[in-house]
Amino acid sequence: MGVNNTSEIPADFPGKVIPGGNGANILVTSLDDIINWGRANSLWSLYFGTSCCAIEMMQTGAARHDYSRFGFEVARPSPRQADLIIIAGTIVNKMAPVLRRLYDQMAEPKYVIAMGACAISGGPFFYNSYSVVKGADHVIPVDVYVPGCPPRPEALLEGMLMLQAKIKTESMKNKVFPIDGFDEGL
Amino acid sequence: MTNEALQNLISSWIPELEFTEEKSQFLNITVQPEQLHQLMTQLKSNPDTNFDYLYCLSGVDWGKELGVVYHLESTTHRHQIVVKVKTEDRENPTFDTVCNIWYTAEFHEREVFDFFGIQFNNHPNLKRLFLTEEWDGFPLRKDYVDEINMVIK
Repeated sequence: MGVNNTSEIPADFPGKVIPGGNGANILVTSLDDIINWGRANSLWSLYFGTSCCAIEMMQTGAARHDYSRFGFEVARPSPRQADLIIIAGTIVNKMAPVLRRLYDQMAEPKYVIAMGACAISGGPFFYNSYSVVKGADHVIPVDVYVPGCPPRPEALLEGMLMLQAKIKTESMKNKVFPIDGFDEGL
Repeated sequence: MTNEALQNLISSWIPELEFTEEKSQFLNITVQPEQLHQLMTQLKSNPDTNFDYLYCLSGVDWGKELGVVYHLESTTHRHQIVVKVKTEDRENPTFDTVCNIWYTAEFHEREVFDFFGIQFNNHPNLKRLFLTEEWDGFPLRKDYVDEINMVIK
């Protein structure tokens, strides 16, 4: 009653499903494809809101925009449980070592989104200051940049979907660790 | 009390005060550094003014002078006032502390010392608050130079 027992294959499933009878299907795919599919659709982000962009990030997670629709299920307060940092705000010289330590504590694979002008370049207001880091990519390697001041939730979602697209192109054979060869540009 | 009434009362205490309104809602008093502590004590203790709440203490660099701006409010009379004190001595700017009048000034004066290098006489614990102890210079001064982090104008 009301329960749909017919098995449906997700439209974006990377591979073939051969019905084997008795509900025991046979999946044919490559490991790269299935692992990337899983990773891209379960990215948990770390709470990292250092200024006003965090409000837009919260809105992106709240009911109206709801990033868990795309597999960004929950935000985690611990770097050990997170796959992704969304840097939502200004990074100052005092915060930079903390950001680096949190990034180093995250388990591989790990990804970084720089959200807003401050995280990209130091920001439109306080860049000419003794205390502001001119972009989070002086501290940790960034995968996706989302411009705006602050970006609207739609823009952040677009950035997150772009990160998913990037993850789906990875391969275990040619895996590069993001911190290898990272240039802080100092 | 209205701003005019405040001005009439306060100008009777110390003659050489300078009063302005500067198109703001507050009455602004500019006081000489030597008379700062006397004026502040009177503002708090006089029952007609009774400014018992220091709600903002800011350091300011006007380019030529360095100074401190105090915003005061009375929680009984509900009137507000601004007191300014300035000095042209950029090498060794010094004012009297007001933290024995309003205890909250202790932290605010440490912050002003940290960013502007303004000394406060009789302050119990005047050392850097936000910046590290070995920091060189005072970053919120207009003539602060930081060639690594700041664009030179």
